[in-house]
Amino acid sequence: MAKSAWPEANRRKQIGARIARHDGPPKATGAARYAYDMNPKGMLFAKMLQCPHGHAKVISVDASAAEAMPGVAMVLVEKDKDGEFPATTFDGAIIATVAATTEEIAEEALSAIEVEYEMREVITNDREHGLVSGRAAETGDAATVMDGAEVVSEGYYGLPTITHCCLESHGQVCEFRDGELYIWPSTQNVSGYAGSVRTAADLPNEKIHVDVQYMGGGFGSKFTAGPWGTACVEIAKATGKPVKLMLDRAQELKSAGHRPSNFGTVKIGLKKDGTITGFHSDVWGTNGQGRFAQRAMPYCLKEIPNIYTRSQGIVTNRGSVQAWRAPNHPQAAYLTMSALEDAAAKIGMDALEFLKKNLVFGDVDRKDYWAEELDIAAEMIGYASKAHPRGDKTPGNIKRGIGISFHLWGGKGGASACDLTINPTGTVGAKIGSQDLGVGTRTCIAQVAAETLGIPIDMITVEIGRNSYPASGASGGSTTIGGISTSTRDAATKALNVIMANVAPGLNVAPDKLEAWDGRIQEIGNPSNGLSWQDACKSLGQMALTKQGSNPTEDGTELTTADVGGVQMAEVSVDIETGIVTMENFVAVQDIGLIINEKLAESQVHGAMIMGVTWALYEECVYDATTGKMLNPDMEFYQLATLGDIGNFQVKLMDGEKYQSRGVIGIGEPPAISPGAAIGNAVANAIGVRVPELPLTPDRVLQALNEGGMV
Amino acid sequence: MSGKTHVQTTINGEHTDFLCEPRQSLLEVLRDVVGLTGTKEGCNDGNCGACTVILDGRIVTACLVLGVEAEGAEITTIEGIASGGILHPIQQAFLENAALQCGVCTPGFILASKALLDENPNPTEHEIRFWLANNLCRCTGYDKIVRAVLDAAATMQEV
Repeated sequence: MAKSAWPEANRRKQIGARIARHDGPPKATGAARYAYDMNPKGMLFAKMLQCPHGHAKVISVDASAAEAMPGVAMVLVEKDKDGEFPATTFDGAIIATVAATTEEIAEEALSAIEVEYEMREVITNDREHGLVSGRAAETGDAATVMDGAEVVSEGYYGLPTITHCCLESHGQVCEFRDGELYIWPSTQNVSGYAGSVRTAADLPNEKIHVDVQYMGGGFGSKFTAGPWGTACVEIAKATGKPVKLMLDRAQELKSAGHRPSNFGTVKIGLKKDGTITGFHSDVWGTNGQGRFAQRAMPYCLKEIPNIYTRSQGIVTNRGSVQAWRAPNHPQAAYLTMSALEDAAAKIGMDALEFLKKNLVFGDVDRKDYWAEELDIAAEMIGYASKAHPRGDKTPGNIKRGIGISFHLWGGKGGASACDLTINPTGTVGAKIGSQDLGVGTRTCIAQVAAETLGIPIDMITVEIGRNSYPASGASGGSTTIGGISTSTRDAATKALNVIMANVAPGLNVAPDKLEAWDGRIQEIGNPSNGLSWQDACKSLGQMALTKQGSNPTEDGTELTTADVGGVQMAEVSVDIETGIVTMENFVAVQDIGLIINEKLAESQVHGAMIMGVTWALYEECVYDATTGKMLNPDMEFYQLATLGDIGNFQVKLMDGEKYQSRGVIGIGEPPAISPGAAIGNAVANAIGVRVPELPLTPDRVLQALNEGGMV
Repeated sequence: MSGKTHVQTTINGEHTDFLCEPRQSLLEVLRDVVGLTGTKEGCNDGNCGACTVILDGRIVTACLVLGVEAEGAEITTIEGIASGGILHPIQQAFLENAALQCGVCTPGFILASKALLDENPNPTEHEIRFWLANNLCRCTGYDKIVRAVLDAAATMQEV
């Protein structure tokens, strides 16, 4: 019997290979069709009217003029469950949805809808401690937490709300045919999506057919249909026509998901030799109208002897929150790592030495990894020759600095099932109800199947993205790669064992003495006693063979685990006359488990680093305090980093038996945690003073310099 | 509401007629009228570059061009870059350098890169970064796009 455990390093050809993504050609030629690209015949275009006020009660909606317009098929006015107009709590809440034969008519109809609002008090300010609402979560004893400290370092730090800004906006196309719903959404949850439109469709899950072959980014914001998705389904059901409803960019930025803000003070007590004795944090932030999650402070250094933390939410009229790549970790990392480097600077100690000394308080599963990764990152960025005490004393207005951060994440594979079919000709098909957000799901499934069966990768056909395939979990928490690689390995092993049992008698050996290698089924240690894969598959006769594998595996074999860490170091230059921060070098060292595809895993890290540069330097949802309007809901003023802004990147994925033996672990999220802290620390190291709040815009840098710059 | 205008263009080397309203953008016409959905909508206001196409030899964001303005124009979209099923060296380089993930920005980046290499076959890294700074990507890694364009330039010089 072949075993599902991952093969030894010298028996791996496909796993770990740097293979180009299989979905590359359709994406690079324009053939790939996303939700936005579906245009079924007779389709209606749906557009939403959104509340332009931060907080209001809808008194009346008159859609009669819109409904009377030629080409308008339907106007759906939002009501709550009691049939009342809703109270809207943020700029961008849906008031009504219009469906018409063209986009232009739908837009004209929107402007013909008369809405009467009753204004309510608006709160968008999430920076002031005095505005806190809701119960605080508190741990430890604030009165004694600094006892025994010889030095106390204290600072204020903050990150504003930001959005996901997926390049493909949220939305879907859907159509009812013969009493069943066919739906093409942009989602990171193929197998679970039907559940979020079931009520609107008034159909059981099995009559809702979800198809997502390509999708343009989710980052945590695309797990469910959302109010626009259910409106789209309701209109399709009522009109009997296909309907497309994709958010426009302003709607996407206002209403499709925010990352919570986080502000707060952090105190660190320490001995003069740099040993940390106590940690005190008092943080707050907003989830819009949602519940504010307790921040996991201090980040990474959980074993500090004395810890006091307080965390409290502010209810505001900002857009609703959705999970944002590594939820809550970037904020906790920024507040903790900034405070740590400030403490090191306060006692005049080198930041790297300070962090290494205090790794003794680190998470037990990862502190040894961090120690090794700190050294590697330091080597990669040239720390020994470039590091200097806080404040670059080089003459002139350009100051350079290096900053450090480290992070942790889980990444264990999620639930997944795979149907693997071996055809009598030897070709193989794999089906999983998973999705590809960009990780390269198809490619990785093909690599694992080809490895397991010992055949070339081009003999594998992979199908994903439909909820008619075996269910696989949503792509969240970096759980996709561990889930799909395990279920594929498990299914392929089960199918291989059938083939081996079929051919073993003819080879005169027991099935457990056989291996699949180099396109052959052959005796272990005696490869000449064997037959080609194609000949072995002829044993199936007329019928293909299908086996299902799963994560977790039925026999308990663990092919995926959790608990990764990583270190990032950023080098910046800052112009102290203009306040402009320029990325020079950015290094990421990330531990990972068994790497399925190194090229694609590196891409995940690169993408996370770019996103990190963006929220460290540019991104912020700006709201008007009086009206509650979001002031920058477009891609001109909601700024993303461009190709000219990122500097030089270096990525190191930790590899070798120590890491590979952990099984497969996802890393889509962990490299997105540290960038803000590393870049913020680099700026402080360069200019000699902390710029407390991200993004590190020129005005904030100049303000910090004016208020206390050492330069 | 206004009547539709008859527009004659050449798209990807083929004579293409279409009818469009004067207010429809070239982006909308390409995607919804002509059926070339490879040109992507990212922001619809000229900032993200996802809808980049080549119009009479110049790159434009199709969302900022009216369909009627394309009368008599030669337009190249992403569907016209590969020829006879053979990928263009730029497309090949994007694949080999893993310069794409979700793929929504990819058509725009490839068109902008083609226009760059048509004009400047041997660009420096700095020139590539400057030229492509009008195209936004949210998920992959700009660094890999720079490597891809450098590789493509080298390959095209060899041919």
